[in-house]
Amino acid sequence: MNLYGVRAIYNFEMARMRRTLMQSVAAPVISTSLYFVVFGSAIGSRMGDIDNISYGAFIIPGLVMLSLLMQSISNASFGIYMPKFSGTIYEVLSAPVSYVEVVLGYVGAAATKSVILGIIILLTARLFVDYDVLHPFWMFAFLVLTAITFSLFGFIIGIWADGFEKLQIIPLMIVTPLVFLGGTFYSIDMLPEVWQTVSLFNPVVYLISGFRWAFYGVSDVHVGISVGMTVMFLSACMVAVWWIFKTGYRLRS
Amino acid sequence: MGIIAAKAKLSKSSPVMRKYRAFIHHQQDKTVQPDISVKHLNKVYADGFRALNDINLDIKRGEIFALLGPNGAGKTTLISIICGIANISSGEVKAAGYDIVKDYRKARESIGLVPQELHTDSFETVWGAVSFSRGLFGKPPAPGHIEKVLKDLSLWDKKDNRIMSLSGGMKRRLMIAKALSHEPQILFLDEPTAGVDVELRRDMWEMVRKLRENGVTIILTTHYIEEAEEMADRIGVIRNGEIILVEDKSRLMSKLGKKELRLHLQSPLETIPGQLALEPVELSEDGYELIYTFDSQQEQAGVARLLRTLGDLDIEYRDIQTRESSLEEIFVGLVNE
Repeated sequence: MNLYGVRAIYNFEMARMRRTLMQSVAAPVISTSLYFVVFGSAIGSRMGDIDNISYGAFIIPGLVMLSLLMQSISNASFGIYMPKFSGTIYEVLSAPVSYVEVVLGYVGAAATKSVILGIIILLTARLFVDYDVLHPFWMFAFLVLTAITFSLFGFIIGIWADGFEKLQIIPLMIVTPLVFLGGTFYSIDMLPEVWQTVSLFNPVVYLISGFRWAFYGVSDVHVGISVGMTVMFLSACMVAVWWIFKTGYRLRS
Repeated sequence: MGIIAAKAKLSKSSPVMRKYRAFIHHQQDKTVQPDISVKHLNKVYADGFRALNDINLDIKRGEIFALLGPNGAGKTTLISIICGIANISSGEVKAAGYDIVKDYRKARESIGLVPQELHTDSFETVWGAVSFSRGLFGKPPAPGHIEKVLKDLSLWDKKDNRIMSLSGGMKRRLMIAKALSHEPQILFLDEPTAGVDVELRRDMWEMVRKLRENGVTIILTTHYIEEAEEMADRIGVIRNGEIILVEDKSRLMSKLGKKELRLHLQSPLETIPGQLALEPVELSEDGYELIYTFDSQQEQAGVARLLRTLGDLDIEYRDIQTRESSLEEIFVGLVNE
């Protein structure tokens, strides 16, 4: 295994985060904190509890998940798209690195950044809202698993995209609505039965539900199903990445 | 007892001996094998365009090989395939004795590529970019080597500068530094001196010669034919995806080159005298110059005969000039055939 190669890609991507701290870390932390201020402290104090959890605390897992998903996709897609855009991808393609090593470098760095960001957001949330973490191991496991899965998804988007618009279209037009409708601000039990059934087709429901269970021990769907769905999506992304490298789709002519 | 045990361990069928024999076999192979071996290589793009057609090419270890061809002839496609950037449609390519598909790691470790375009990460520093390339190619950090490469390429004082602040020529040198960062055995230079001033071009030629002296095989594509003429040991010409010629440079120059003898006459001629009608002679428009063209390899009797005939005709001349055709003229002749 070319560990030096993996390390080179990983360090390069992490250095990019350090160069753009305001955009990579400060901006998502501030925007998520605004949700905590508005929905947690201000409006939240006037809203009733959900499943015996204060509203401000209830929305924390969903909001962390929102940032985690968006940042994982954005970091990984940008990480692989930029070398394609600038032409420096020639070096990665001509290097003695396997596709597994390329993915480890890019996705590993993207996932690391997202996990760091998720933890910072969680710590920041503590300043505005009081919350518990009943299952810290599972909370961290969900955080890491989701970061890896959606970084892989972002990596696929970055390879597929042939312009900056395409790079943005899936996170903004698909992922954001799915997160907002996936139980970030409400429990899906609160929806009419038809919409509860519809919600079960939203993969983000399982992520948020599982993540919230790790915090408060309550969930919309069984935690085992949440883990299973996340692993299934991860596997689907892995198969897609394997196919991309096998065929050279949008990488090798 | 220890020796007996060691001998027993190193029996012919022991894994150590098998590995050793395989290693020796590979090393022996390397001495006879070319550094780059291309056999029946074809490249057809998804839209059906055939970029390379049955390419067969061997490039010897330690030589400077210039690959010449007009735009769109297939030079960059060929390089891209050998370096792993493009997929093979059919055929076989080996680099440093390793198949570029089956043994891609070993093959790519031995190759450095300086691409035609200046692809750089603008926000990275010079040092960071070169270190990244070395790591990517599986080599442990070697600050001493990177320092040497940067000094050789006059980039040492810019090592902490961001790439965006470099001039075009510096960026070109940086591309070379990145390609040399992992100490490759084979170096591809795809139009390395495009957009580079004359002085820097001369420096680069010098650097390429030094690399060759250190045993690096260099494959060069260039639009400056004088560059190939100056540096190459062998020349390959590619046209419409086919290699139409591979020849030792000096042999090519003597085989396909022309010589020209110009006689500046004392008095102008109106027409070429009948006695010279069968000779390959032309008369300049003003009638003051007789131009005699002959093959480099042709025996010199023609020149003596020409001068004798002029003497017999009392045609006096005040000056004689000779010139040989350049590689550029030969190249233009080849690709226009």
